[in-house]
Amino acid sequence: MTDSSAIVVEGLRKHYGATKALDGIDLQVAEGTVQGLLGPNGAGKTTVVRILTTLLRADSGTARVLGFDVVRDAQKLRGAIGVTGQYAAVDEKLTGAENLEMFGRLYRLSGRTARARAAELLERFELADAGGRLTQTYSGGMRRRLDLAASLIMRPRVLFLDEPSTGLDPRSRAQVWQVIEDLVREGTTVLLTTQYLEEADQLAHKITVVDLGKVIAEGTADQLKERVGGARLEVIIARGGDLSAAGGVLARFANGEVNTDGDRRSISAPVAAGAGVLPDLVRALDEVSVALDDVAVHRPTLDDVFLALTGRPAEADPKPDPEADHRADPSGPADGLDPEASGSGGPGPETGPGERELVAG
Amino acid sequence: MTALDLSPVAGRGRLGWSLSDAWVMCRRNLVKIPRTPELLVFSTIQPVMFVLLFVYVFGGSINTGSIPYRDYLMPGIFVQTVVFGAMTTGLGLAEDLQKGLVDRFRALPMSRGALLAGRTLADLVRNVFIVAVMLLVGLAVGFRFHHTTVIAALAGFGVLLFFAYAFSWISAVVGLSVRSAEAAQSGGFIWVFPLTFASSAFVPVANMPGWLQVFARNQPVTQCVNAVRALLIGGPVTSAALQSVAWSVGILIVFVPLSVRSYRRAAVR
Ligand SMILES: Nc1ncnc2c1ncn2[C@@H]1O[C@H](COP(=O)(O)OP(=O)(O)OP(=O)(O)O)[C@@H](O)[C@H]1O
Ligand SMILES: [Mg+2]
Repeated sequence: MTDSSAIVVEGLRKHYGATKALDGIDLQVAEGTVQGLLGPNGAGKTTVVRILTTLLRADSGTARVLGFDVVRDAQKLRGAIGVTGQYAAVDEKLTGAENLEMFGRLYRLSGRTARARAAELLERFELADAGGRLTQTYSGGMRRRLDLAASLIMRPRVLFLDEPSTGLDPRSRAQVWQVIEDLVREGTTVLLTTQYLEEADQLAHKITVVDLGKVIAEGTADQLKERVGGARLEVIIARGGDLSAAGGVLARFANGEVNTDGDRRSISAPVAAGAGVLPDLVRALDEVSVALDDVAVHRPTLDDVFLALTGRPAEADPKPDPEADHRADPSGPADGLDPEASGSGGPGPETGPGERELVAG
Repeated sequence: MTALDLSPVAGRGRLGWSLSDAWVMCRRNLVKIPRTPELLVFSTIQPVMFVLLFVYVFGGSINTGSIPYRDYLMPGIFVQTVVFGAMTTGLGLAEDLQKGLVDRFRALPMSRGALLAGRTLADLVRNVFIVAVMLLVGLAVGFRFHHTTVIAALAGFGVLLFFAYAFSWISAVVGLSVRSAEAAQSGGFIWVFPLTFASSAFVPVANMPGWLQVFARNQPVTQCVNAVRALLIGGPVTSAALQSVAWSVGILIVFVPLSVRSYRRAAVR
């Protein structure tokens, strides 16, 4: 099993004072696959990447990439991998071509080869026209692509990408995704960190969810989705509509906790029955005079997975924010739901009248 | 299209590679000098202001005995200029660190000291240029060489630039230890200011209060200024020159390994 693994990580720990950036991470990435490392801010994603790319030493644990130990064989490993850090690292006072040529020379290519490779990569990343311009004039997306190009100079067998599309507009993101998909087709192994669940879903063969320095789940996107069960029902209430009344109605159809997002006027809940419940639901909401802007049944997303695994949404900032407060605070706008969803002994149609009373009273 | 052969150049020893990597890094910084003219202009305007200030404002009230003040001053200005110039090393490294370039370099199979060696060498070239400008400025305000030979004068500039090169490495440690380029800027000047002003650069040390004399006489900038002054306008050379060179060597012995260590550890998020 280890033989076909491009990356093998065992018991990786890294503490910064009291902060456990990594608290025992295990990871195996098969050669030629894309491994997603998914987690919110501060989860430890960058720390993993830095350790695997020889930039940082773990306190304990071992890591091997392509059979090279990240500490003992660091120098050999550096020549065999490509890294794109979380922030595009190119010299702003050099042109795109000069940047790539410089990195090529530092990989010990001859001047001529480095120049030829730079031209080749600029072409591939649609930067040929901009190659002679200082990179300080580049857009964020162009800089990202140049950064990615720099990590591909040696056609590395393993590529590390730390949040490769963060901060990019949708078009640039699609371009970056395309590049990654091409590389994988050519046989490159990719370890990719992301906060975008969509990105992991799209690109990764296997996803490892990390939170607070620990692996909290692992599997394919589909396997992870199965862990949250069936579909998820979401309604968007028309402006001025009664959120708690609607929440009460949803609770009757739900087989789990009802979630309310006051800002978006969205109420959602897991449902077992799938799309079949829609007609009944719409009728029931109509009975309590709640008008709808939108109603949909979603196949579970990785967002739902994260919520199910950690009790909080993946893309929320760990810093205390008002939204987090209202989720936790029983006096918040969502409070009308909680007694229903959890307190009435299993939601079902028979809890309906009780809800109506509560809403009316 | 056939794939480009990407085998690295073979057959260069460890030292050969270190030099070649350092040269790549040096060239990178040299290329950037004319692209940031504002930096070069600032590095020259400031010492020019000092020359004007000291020659025309303070000069009349500073007693330098039989030596005309502008002759006394210019060697001091040269030293101050190159020491300030050496601060760009730390500034540049802090910027590389902040921009994530240091991480990128550290993830490459290049030699560990190359970024620092290349950077300090490029800054040395910059300093040569600035000293040349300052020499012209000095000549314009009336500075003249005395009691010296071409060889001695060249030796004077050699001592000066060697001193500047050593200071670049102190600056490198500062630049790699702080969080931002701005911090490197102020962090650099905090210790450079007292060193250059509490020295024989602008006024004779003998005119200072006793407690300050103890510091001023025994610190490297004074030694360097005395050596350069003696080599350019005459005076007892040997002791000052030896002390200045010894200081430079000592600084390099301590700060080269320290900066390489800071480079390896440098971690910015
Ligand atoms: N040099 C450091 N000093 C102190 N704490 C650190 C350092 N580097 C990381 N940490 C802490 O370790 C934890 C993990 O950080 P890391 O950068 O790996 O997270 P991440 O998952 O990459 O987050 P993000 O999505 O914000 O990039 C965080 O709590 C962070 O504050
Ligand atoms: Mg990160």
